[in-house]
Amino acid sequence: MAHTYTPGLRVTERTTVRKERRLPIAGKVIVEQGAAVRAEDVVARAELPGDVATVNVVNQLAIMPGDLARYMVKAEGDTVAKDEVIAETRPFLKFLRSAARSPIDGTVETISHVTGQVLLRTAPRPVDVRAYIDGVVAEVVPGEGVIVETTGAFIQGILGIGGEVTGELTTVADSPDVVIAPSDLSDDLAGKLVVAGALITSEVYARAGQLGIAALICGGFHDRDLRELLGYDLGVAITGHEDVQPILIMTEGFGKITMAQATFDLLSAHAGQRASANGATQIRAGVLRPEIIIPAAESTAGEKVQAPAAPAGLMEGAAVRIIRQPDFGRLGVVKALPPGIEAIESEVKVRVVQIEFSDGKVVTVPRANVEAIES
Amino acid sequence: MTEQDLNVIVATDCGSTTTKAILIERTDEGYRQTFRGEAPTTVEAPFEDVTRGVLNALTELEELSGRRILDGERIITPAHDNEGVDIYISTSSAGGGLQMMVAGVVKSMTAESAQRAALGAGAIVMDVLASNDQRAPHEKIERIRTLRPDMVLLSGGTDGGTVRHVVELAEFLAAANPRPRLGASFMLPIVYAGNKDAQAAIKETLGDKAELHITDNLRPVLERENLAPARDEIHDLFLKHVMAQAPGYKKLMSWVGAPIMPTPAAVGDLIQHVAQSRGLNIVGVDIGGATTDIFSDFLAPPPKGEPAGEGQRVFNRSVSANLGMSYSISNVLAETGLANIMRWLPFDMDEADLRDRIKNKMIRPTTVPHLLEELKIEQAIAREALRLAFEQHKQLAVGLKGVQRGRTISESFDESSSGDTLITMADLDVLVGSGGVLSHAPRRSQAMMMLIDAFGPQGITRLCVDSIFMMPHLGVLAQIHEAAAIEVFEHDCLIYLGTCVSPMGKVKAGGRCFEYALTVDGQTRNGAVAAGEIVLEPLTVGQVATVRLEPARGVDLGDGRGRAIEAEVIGGVVGVVFDGRGRPLEIPQDNRSETLTRWAQALDAYPA
Repeated sequence: MAHTYTPGLRVTERTTVRKERRLPIAGKVIVEQGAAVRAEDVVARAELPGDVATVNVVNQLAIMPGDLARYMVKAEGDTVAKDEVIAETRPFLKFLRSAARSPIDGTVETISHVTGQVLLRTAPRPVDVRAYIDGVVAEVVPGEGVIVETTGAFIQGILGIGGEVTGELTTVADSPDVVIAPSDLSDDLAGKLVVAGALITSEVYARAGQLGIAALICGGFHDRDLRELLGYDLGVAITGHEDVQPILIMTEGFGKITMAQATFDLLSAHAGQRASANGATQIRAGVLRPEIIIPAAESTAGEKVQAPAAPAGLMEGAAVRIIRQPDFGRLGVVKALPPGIEAIESEVKVRVVQIEFSDGKVVTVPRANVEAIES
Repeated sequence: MTEQDLNVIVATDCGSTTTKAILIERTDEGYRQTFRGEAPTTVEAPFEDVTRGVLNALTELEELSGRRILDGERIITPAHDNEGVDIYISTSSAGGGLQMMVAGVVKSMTAESAQRAALGAGAIVMDVLASNDQRAPHEKIERIRTLRPDMVLLSGGTDGGTVRHVVELAEFLAAANPRPRLGASFMLPIVYAGNKDAQAAIKETLGDKAELHITDNLRPVLERENLAPARDEIHDLFLKHVMAQAPGYKKLMSWVGAPIMPTPAAVGDLIQHVAQSRGLNIVGVDIGGATTDIFSDFLAPPPKGEPAGEGQRVFNRSVSANLGMSYSISNVLAETGLANIMRWLPFDMDEADLRDRIKNKMIRPTTVPHLLEELKIEQAIAREALRLAFEQHKQLAVGLKGVQRGRTISESFDESSSGDTLITMADLDVLVGSGGVLSHAPRRSQAMMMLIDAFGPQGITRLCVDSIFMMPHLGVLAQIHEAAAIEVFEHDCLIYLGTCVSPMGKVKAGGRCFEYALTVDGQTRNGAVAAGEIVLEPLTVGQVATVRLEPARGVDLGDGRGRAIEAEVIGGVVGVVFDGRGRPLEIPQDNRSETLTRWAQALDAYPA
């Protein structure tokens, strides 16, 4: 099979990024094609149907479902206020009267003569979709949303927690292998996207939360700290909905792992610029990785930078990262691609690759255990 | 085309990541699987056409077999000489398979029957809604709205019973106005298989909000399930709606000579065919990266008062949607806890390190264990994933609940009741494992150990693994040529690991558990198994031996405590495992490493 290695994460200085900004249900697009937008701008709006409340009128009034129509005060489509009577009995003796009242402000949606149940619905809730990145509206899909386009740096992480944020990018680590301390974080980092080194500890994360930092970007994070942060074990890698502050983007994986030099250098080079980041991750078919997008200051429109073609496969001289023990996280270059299948220490028989590290040491690892470093 | 005309068959299984093609040919020795090719599945961007992956897999098959199968993008039929095939068939689980929500009135009765019907049809059940599931109406509606199933199965009420509750569920569905996962402009298919007296009211409630299909009640009376009509309707809708929306499937459907089946439905059908034609109680497991499916076909005990042997065969399938070895590996940890994984490791390890390693496998799911230690960790996790999935299966594979039965006084003291699991390990004849961690374990004895440790077979049980996961292909083949499918299943699909002999219940550590005399080809080998230990006797594939077992006092090997038994055992690539560890299996924690190492050594499971 051709697919014997893991495609890498993208880390690129300049590319055209297109972001689909879609409403969850049909609504209205409020920007025009070609308009320049800021990340915070609302680009589309819709009204989500309100919540449903049910009133079992027949039980409350002790009547039969077939008789419900005679007792209803309200009809389908009528508006109702909280505690307003929707159905009542009208006995000869007034003190025997019983009534069913609305538990919500809303409208009567359905009245069932089979179950005796009345469904009420609250007013629709507006939902706004924002641009998320500084750029231009490249396409409008009427009633559904827009595609916002920008040109700039684009960096993918391996796993993130939390949703979309925008702010100034800044670096607090001198090199990609350092582990920063809480004292390295200062008040002026509030609202910023902060690049740290190899590991964020739970103490650093807590301090960042106190300071109002928007995002932490690091090489690794310990799973036990993630469990503490979320309050549960992350079972499957589908994230983005967590209500956390700051959001967290790991570029390498779990544990203390030096951030890839290219990632660190690119992020550091753009310190001081506005960037958007999203921790949302989905590692299944249709894979979604967390990302950091840094629109180029000088141009956000018109220019198109072609994404590089998908790599054909591992080639001698290609830069790679080892993604499994031993040597997990180490970077090297492909020295040789022996044909055929070899048995490794575990006795698993696989196709292998020889990797040379910067110190000249050469190791043989399964091809499935290396990741191309793409640009 | 008749069965007689089928000499060359090509079958594919379009999985979420890989499309696997196999060639089956009629030879002098009968039907045999001869070649296999595979290619990445191409449902997702940039290809968005499942047939690309199928063509690539068939091209590989052509290269390996030397048979010309394709003429451009057309499959050549029928076969003549070294060209073409007589039929092309396929299964599919690409794009997430078939995802369903089911609803019923009483959680343990009609809702449970509906769940069994959907699972049997090959679906992943996203949620089971019931009138008595403790959720408030608005919570139910919100849940329906947020899920995006491919279709919904609504049931409830026995025929002639009350209509109110099932109509109420229909009202919740209508209020939520759910949309299908694929094809936003289509109406959601809803299969109604409940009280026939409620059909008119259901039509009125849902008729203009969904694509409603009405079929026979799946629980017409409390005492009987009638799942087939609902299951067939689900299959039809799967082809018409779900498949038709997936990229390239319309083209694929025009190529096949028999309807495309959801992968798990095909595997289930095959297991049913084999169990029923051979009269065997079978459990099959497929442990994948994201999910673990378990299938069972058992002869249910006859109703009280009826003679033995009058029971009915009952098939069940369960899907543990988030128990798997890559995408879901971390969920195994979340569900079973770290201690349960650590107990299978024959070495000590820092807990934080183990947590990080499991998570790193989750985020890089295609990596393989390089170090022996890493392989042992993965196999420890596999034991727990299999154990949990089997627990879930046993809870689903039960007798019908809510059935009134007359009971004698002695039965009242008996713990059994309606709703007992049908899976009795002592009656299990064959356990079949499949999925990468079992089928591709570097040593077959590792697969045998994992199956024994996770499932805890009792008495005498034969164990096998599916060599290259061709059960889906054979399941769909069984629809058109059952005999050919079973022939290939027995000869090429299964790798016979051997037989496990184990006592029922606990044994006292340190003492003798049982003695055996294994006679093969006139030669007898005698041995003793100490309580808490394992002994392996070689017996190769195809060899049949008789074994006489003499249990120690208090030990039951299937015929009562202390009673000797004589039986036939069948060999395999591992042999006969005499397992004296008792059930449920307990691992002594004070000398865990030593014990686990000794057990592994008994089966030569790992390199020294």
